Amino acid sequence: MTPDQIIFLISAVLILVSALMVVITHNLVHAALWLVAALFGVAVLFAILNASFLAVVQVVVYIGAIAVLFVFAVMLTRKELRDRGTQTRANWWIPALLGVLILAGLAYLILGQPDVSRTAPAIPAGVDTLRALGTALVSPDGYALPFEAASVLLLAALVGAVYVAVGRKS
Amino acid sequence: MSIPLSWYLILAAALFCIGLFGVLSRKNAIAILLGIELMLNAVNINLVAFWRYLDPSRMAGQVFAIIVFATAAAEVAVGLALIISVYRRRSTILADEIDLMKW
Amino acid sequence: MEKIILWLLPLPPLLAFFVILVLTNKNRALSHGLAIGAAGLSWLGTMIIFVRALGIPQFGKNVIESGFNWLPTGSTWLQIGVLLDPTSAVTLFFVAWTILMIFVYSIGYHNYGQPAGEHDQKGLPPGGAMVTDEHGHAHKVPSVEPMYSRFFAFICLFAFGMYTLVVSNNLLTLFVGWEIMGLCSYLLIGFWYAKPAARDAAVKAFMTTRVGDVFMLLGIAFLYSATGTLSFREIFRPVVLHVLATTVTPFFGLSAAGLIGLLIFIGTVGKSAQFPLHVWLPDAMEGPTPVSAMIHAATMVSAGVYLVVRMFPLITADFNGQTLTPTMSAIAFIGTFTALFAATIAVAQNDIKKVLAYSTISQLGFMIAAVGVGAYVAAVFHLVTHAFFKALLFLGSGSVIHGMQHGALHSGDEADPQDMFNMGGLRRKMPLTFWTFLIGGFALSGFPILTAGFWSKDEILAEAFGNGHWVIFAALATAAFLTAFYTMRQITLTFFGPPRSQAAEHASETPWTMTVPLIVLAVFAVGFGWLGIPEQFPILGGILPNWFHAFVGGTLQTPPTEPLFNFIPLLTSLGVSLIGLFCGWWVYRGVRSPQTDFLQIPLLKNKYYIDEIYNRLLVKPAMWISEQFTYLFLDRTIIDGLLHSVARLALFLGGAFRNYVDKPVINGLIGDGTATVVKVSGFNLRKIQAGRIQYYMIVSITVLVIIAALLYFLHFLLA
Repeated sequence: MTPDQIIFLISAVLILVSALMVVITHNLVHAALWLVAALFGVAVLFAILNASFLAVVQVVVYIGAIAVLFVFAVMLTRKELRDRGTQTRANWWIPALLGVLILAGLAYLILGQPDVSRTAPAIPAGVDTLRALGTALVSPDGYALPFEAASVLLLAALVGAVYVAVGRKS
Repeated sequence: MSIPLSWYLILAAALFCIGLFGVLSRKNAIAILLGIELMLNAVNINLVAFWRYLDPSRMAGQVFAIIVFATAAAEVAVGLALIISVYRRRSTILADEIDLMKW
Repeated sequence: MEKIILWLLPLPPLLAFFVILVLTNKNRALSHGLAIGAAGLSWLGTMIIFVRALGIPQFGKNVIESGFNWLPTGSTWLQIGVLLDPTSAVTLFFVAWTILMIFVYSIGYHNYGQPAGEHDQKGLPPGGAMVTDEHGHAHKVPSVEPMYSRFFAFICLFAFGMYTLVVSNNLLTLFVGWEIMGLCSYLLIGFWYAKPAARDAAVKAFMTTRVGDVFMLLGIAFLYSATGTLSFREIFRPVVLHVLATTVTPFFGLSAAGLIGLLIFIGTVGKSAQFPLHVWLPDAMEGPTPVSAMIHAATMVSAGVYLVVRMFPLITADFNGQTLTPTMSAIAFIGTFTALFAATIAVAQNDIKKVLAYSTISQLGFMIAAVGVGAYVAAVFHLVTHAFFKALLFLGSGSVIHGMQHGALHSGDEADPQDMFNMGGLRRKMPLTFWTFLIGGFALSGFPILTAGFWSKDEILAEAFGNGHWVIFAALATAAFLTAFYTMRQITLTFFGPPRSQAAEHASETPWTMTVPLIVLAVFAVGFGWLGIPEQFPILGGILPNWFHAFVGGTLQTPPTEPLFNFIPLLTSLGVSLIGLFCGWWVYRGVRSPQTDFLQIPLLKNKYYIDEIYNRLLVKPAMWISEQFTYLFLDRTIIDGLLHSVARLALFLGGAFRNYVDKPVINGLIGDGTATVVKVSGFNLRKIQAGRIQYYMIVSITVLVIIAALLYFLHFLLA
């Protein structure tokens, strides 16, 4: 068991347990916090995968913005400070069954693919993944267009969210 | 790296299924969005794993993941705004009670 | 030439019938003009060929015949045609004369020229019209018959029937003429159709003659099947007659000839009103008097005798000249019995026409008896003379009734103008009628020498006596006595003595259209007899040849010889006629009312109750059968019941189909069912659209998983 594997396993357990708690826990605020934990685990994974920029972005954007946003939303949408009643539907076993089935199916398919247990190839020397990412994002030969489109999307989302959330008063 | 690709993929699948479970079985609309976030993260794990294991010199994997980040952010923003707006109207955030578009 | 005239003889009356009916119904003068013209044309034609026939020697052998093929019957043809032989020549002679005289008489009888009565309706006899003369006196006069033209149309049709019957050379067209006359008899007896008695009498006449006609048809059919022909000349060939005479039938051991003769004779029994089918003739007096004269004296009843005379060779086919065959015995018996029977009834009748009716029946009995004993010429002779004097008598009685009606209208008397006990003294009031009636009455009684009836009746008696049929002779002699008696009774009551009612008091003579025919017929009633004086008659015999015997006798294959002269029949006929006439006058010259008439015996007066017997025995059961059995049971219950059952079955089936197939299955199951299924499934399926997102997503992901699994397995397994 190499150290990478151990780190991976720890992260995987963290992620899975946190995700499970997200979808099971009764208290919504707890759910949001468990989400933070899960996201953190994902960030660790990104780091192992040599996608350092993404790891940082994950922490900053997902945890720093989105999860916080969730907490705000939970706070704003409750009459009392407690969640009342059950938080899962009565027929939760159907989604559980579905989830298991899909997992089984996907696992089966994945393991059936050829050469799926390969190990990661070495990063070629002289390739700076960060610089390459940056270049790719803004270079016209690269992915500038999707990048700009994503910014337009964010703009639209911003405007739309503000408009919808503000309501009649504006 | 000595972690087999399959580990990442199966982890992503598991995370995806947990997220799916959350989407389908939680009553609270915000909890549903939480599940969606989990699913999106599973997708991201998949993308990055494939980037790293297949051809790390091509940036397509990471760029895709960044776009997914942006999309997820946008979606959460708009979704929560909608939920707050609905809450203001109907004082409820239970998905089952938001059922005006029916027969 | 004669053949053409012979063919054309029946035609003018037929055409007159159609033209009167269709065109000239409203115009009385035109109608009777057409009728008289037609009768006159036929009379002219008859006279021409009669004169020609007289000039042909051995006419019986060289007859005038013409025929043509009419119906194809297998390999042969049924021929029809015309025939003139001596018998039919003399028959045509009297038919033409009497028809013409009766037609002329009818003009006056139906009061042509008189005004129409105010209360006259079609279907009732005319009842008189009020006329105011120049002095302002209103009195009733006889009114014209409302159905004047119709009468002439009918008697024209009748004349057509009689001419057809006489000129035909085969049984088929004879039968056609026979039936046409039967129809006209019905139409004319029931001429005044609003009188119930007339309607009933018409039906009775038709039905009774029908009974006879059925048997006659059987005879004709048998004859046709036995010989293959219906033409007289063919049938009367010796070889055919011999075959018929020797074939034995299973009926009473009669030969075929005898059986056919008997069956055809039954037709004559009906048509010539012999016992037991005589009941229609007295009732037929309901018709106008010209009808009585024509149909029931001169022509129609004579047709029956003519038929049996025609069939004489067949009837006598197995006659050996000595003993009568069963058929001839039957014929002789019926004739004799009828003669006597009817004569006894006639003495008790009070209606002037009824006396003459029974007298006709009786005289026809004489003729039939003559045929029965084999006296061919005597029968024909009596047929001809009887036609003349009986027509004369009937027309005379019509004239008397007319005079009485005139008197009744004048005096307002309501008494029956036909009852002899209301008459009397008409000798002075209606002289022409009186003298002609007297001549006719004497002829009927057989007044010696001067009247034709004497010669013909004497010949019958001589034949009966001469062939040894004592019983027949005695019966016929008795009947002759009674004939003279009741005839003189009739004349005495009608014309002699004081008038016994206002009507008789004021009676007057009838117009010339009625009296001239009387005179003409009287001439024949007197003169015709002198054509048949037997050669061996004392003093008078031999002066004039017995032309009639020679002429008519030639019709037969072997001309008959005159009967041997014997004084007994001569004296008998002289005696019965003179004594009968004297008795009749002597007894009745003082009788004033029916109460003093000792001959009003109920049995005779009521015609031996035969009508009542027939009514009880035949008419009522027949009506019962038709009402109860055929109508109520067969028709209503069975046939209608069947139909109703079918209808009910159809209704039931229809209802069942509707209620058990149509409504539940087709309407319910298929029609409403589909609609309900759609509605219910829609009602239930719409709940899928719950509006809840998670529900949608669960469903869609489930389906996605299922489809993915399916595709995977399909791909994996099939690839």
